[in-house]
Amino acid sequence: MSKLIFEMSRKGRRAFELPESGIPERAALELFPKEYLREKPARLPEVGELDVIRHFTELSRNNFGVDSGFYPLGSCTMKYNPKINEKVASYKGFAHLHPYQPDETIQGALKLMSDLGKMLSEVTGMDRMCLQPSAGAQGEMAGLMVIKAYHEKRGDIERTEIICPDSAHGTNPASAAVAGFDIRQVKSNKRGMVDVNELRELAGPRTAGLMLTNPNTLGLFEEDIVEIAKIIHDAGGLLYYDGANANAILGKARPGDMGFDVVHLNLHKTFTTPHGGGGPGAGPIGVKEFLYPFVPKPVIAENDGMFSLDYNRPDSIGKVKAFFGNFLILVRAYAYIRTMGGEGLRKVSENAVLNANYVLSKLKDTYDVPFGDRCMHEFVASGEKQKEMGASTLAIAKRLLDYGYHPPTIYFPLIVKEALMVEPTETESRETLDEFIDALIRIDKEIQEDPETVSHAPHSTALGRLDEVKAARTPVLKYNFGEEDQ
Amino acid sequence: MHKYLPNTDAEIKLMLDEIGASNIGELFSPIPEKVRFSGELNIPKGMTEQELDKHMEKLSKMNISMEDMICFRGAGAYDHYIPVVVNALASRSEFYTAYTPYQAEISQGVLQAIFEFQTMVCELTGMEASNASMYDGSSSTAEACTIALVNAKKRNKILVSRGLHPETRQVIETYMSGRDVDIQEVPLHEGETDYEKLAEMCDESTAAVCIQSPNFLGIVEDMDKVSGITEQNKAAFIVNTDLISLGILKPPGDSGADFVVGEAQGLGNPMAFGGPHLGFFAASGKYIRKMPGRIAGETTDDKGKRGYVLTLQAREQHIRREKATSNICSNHALNALAATIYMSVVGKEGIRELALRCANNARYASEKLIETGRFSLLYNKPFFKEFLVEAKEDTGKLNRRLLEQGYLGGYETKEVYPEMGNGWLVAVTEKRTKQEIDNFAAKAGEIV
Repeated sequence: MSKLIFEMSRKGRRAFELPESGIPERAALELFPKEYLREKPARLPEVGELDVIRHFTELSRNNFGVDSGFYPLGSCTMKYNPKINEKVASYKGFAHLHPYQPDETIQGALKLMSDLGKMLSEVTGMDRMCLQPSAGAQGEMAGLMVIKAYHEKRGDIERTEIICPDSAHGTNPASAAVAGFDIRQVKSNKRGMVDVNELRELAGPRTAGLMLTNPNTLGLFEEDIVEIAKIIHDAGGLLYYDGANANAILGKARPGDMGFDVVHLNLHKTFTTPHGGGGPGAGPIGVKEFLYPFVPKPVIAENDGMFSLDYNRPDSIGKVKAFFGNFLILVRAYAYIRTMGGEGLRKVSENAVLNANYVLSKLKDTYDVPFGDRCMHEFVASGEKQKEMGASTLAIAKRLLDYGYHPPTIYFPLIVKEALMVEPTETESRETLDEFIDALIRIDKEIQEDPETVSHAPHSTALGRLDEVKAARTPVLKYNFGEEDQ
Repeated sequence: MHKYLPNTDAEIKLMLDEIGASNIGELFSPIPEKVRFSGELNIPKGMTEQELDKHMEKLSKMNISMEDMICFRGAGAYDHYIPVVVNALASRSEFYTAYTPYQAEISQGVLQAIFEFQTMVCELTGMEASNASMYDGSSSTAEACTIALVNAKKRNKILVSRGLHPETRQVIETYMSGRDVDIQEVPLHEGETDYEKLAEMCDESTAAVCIQSPNFLGIVEDMDKVSGITEQNKAAFIVNTDLISLGILKPPGDSGADFVVGEAQGLGNPMAFGGPHLGFFAASGKYIRKMPGRIAGETTDDKGKRGYVLTLQAREQHIRREKATSNICSNHALNALAATIYMSVVGKEGIRELALRCANNARYASEKLIETGRFSLLYNKPFFKEFLVEAKEDTGKLNRRLLEQGYLGGYETKEVYPEMGNGWLVAVTEKRTKQEIDNFAAKAGEIV
């Protein structure tokens, strides 16, 4: 495989230059006491500019993105990331703004954030947005803290529990724990939905709120949502909407209308901002008006067409990050919404749901689909039948690599055995879907005829199956410099 | 038809036939009628690329970019030069359109870059392990406090220096608001953490002591003094630092830090109106299995070839759910990639030269300002790339005057540090030239 950049290092080689200074340069010892100074240099690589270019170009070639091929990774909404959004986010009037500039020099930025907030409010049916959270999980934490602050403000301090379905993303219970709640889990019923009877048992004077993804992680719309909302509200709790699956409902249904009090959106899922190999994303939260006093500060205020940052928010939960949000991600999401318009957004969800149902329909005779023949923007199949024939879901996923695909999400949600969660997104064409469907059907045939080929996949990637157990048992988390580099 | 929606009407019909639905609306029938949205979203009609580009350009021009001004403001976001190589590489779409590298066989590029990032962070900080990145310096500091608290079991006091960025202190408060913790602020003395006071406050109930060095005022803290106190009381020692400063300054790991965290925007990432920036998180060996977030580790494939995977995942939320060490999922991988490329370009000699240039520029700027007779250094302590002066002119007026002349002047400290009078915190990176500094000092020192 590729050399590490440290292994390319040659003493004295460099890619860095500083202009002549003209300022008499004092040695470090003249500026700082000796005991403050580093004794040995940090072993950053010594490489030339072309070395850097070739190295990272090679690394990029060892990586698969949406631009490389189909990426039906369930729950992640790996849709096309428009190039124009990258271009506009690089404009100097966005990229090179200092966060503490005076208001009159940042009116465009504040206007963009204000308008984005309004458009996201419209999409979600909420009254107000706060754009500060850096990602979905931070949005969850902030949103749950808002719920907590609301109860506390009313002196309702016994509400210590957050209810999460067993099909929830791991961040839901983890965020609730960070916000200081106890977690109660509600089971899914046979049809993959929240078990309303059990929910009724769980809801009560200790309930601070319910977190729900809708459509849920099985790709099913919670058909009892109205009743669910009533149960929680009657118990005195609030409803939190995890927007991970919002790509299914744009212009079709709004969390605010379903009874949700707080939502977060993942701009890096629904609103096309790139996933970046793990981030950055943005996780703005929307609230109903009565919760607005509690959202992270500052918020954007508008007065006679002039925008400013309002820090005078005595009931705010505080700050969840420095400054105001992942602004350049907000710029991209804004550009996307302005590209699509209201009608375009509705078509996004229509095509996302159409594509998912099409794949489901063509695969359901080959793979088990435990929760029905229809879905929203994604569906969960099970590889149990295939496992009995000798190849697990992991093997199917790895075999898909040989066919040139990024595999679906696997082994999630936890309530489906050998789960394969497929989310095609609306930006894929029917031909792409057909080819992917064919690959999965062929893999099933391979498993029937020669399960070994599948269970030892991948065969065509530069590296074979990597030993994760070894990596965790004896962690090597950084380069081990040889003795000559000491 | 829309350029991002490839299904033609004919195909939509074929697909609906395959599904057995008469129209798309039918696919949405699981949504109860009562909550179905039947109106039109009140969002303006879509724009073509050309129209959008113009619109965005116009919006961007309602701001004044630091490319068009001369920036002497820091306070958590720094105007360092970004070598052109950084964006040329980080904008390769195989990197930026990828998800988190869970499928290691087709994600070696991102995984190896993370492994290199982790190595570089460890080299600079003197720590044994680093994760793949955090959202920003404030949240990485808050998460370090959380882990120290959870790990210290019965100890529930966290001592936070007033020298920490005020916003970082606020984020720590927010992150820990759901926990049984007593967060106390350690005052400053002469611009440094008050070490004597710290020694008094630190006791057997202290889970962690958290300082920033160079601190918010730019002053380098005496880390050995702090670690003497934390070691004596068996409290964890958390240092928030600037990686660039570690080109010349002693790695916090050498002073016995347990966690070294901070903001690394300055390494190849633009100021971006405050985000996305780059948090880093490094820890000593005993905390490896407690760290938050994603970590890349080396391993081998089934033929014995070296490769990288995300590892120690049993710590994380997707496995541990409410028992996870943190709720973080997405991180700031692309910003970490930019920083990795940046550190590769800067290199072993360069990082020292860069740090020294920042320190010299800042020292020179402070002297030039003082020469005017309109400023005096508030504290006579060693500083890195930022320093605090007291201005004779009201800092609000001073900054407005400078703004008209094309300068973003120092950060006014009076709101967050009222005890420091008419304080003006000036940042000078390697990007500032002698002439820019001379002119800035002359303008700032004018009597009006």
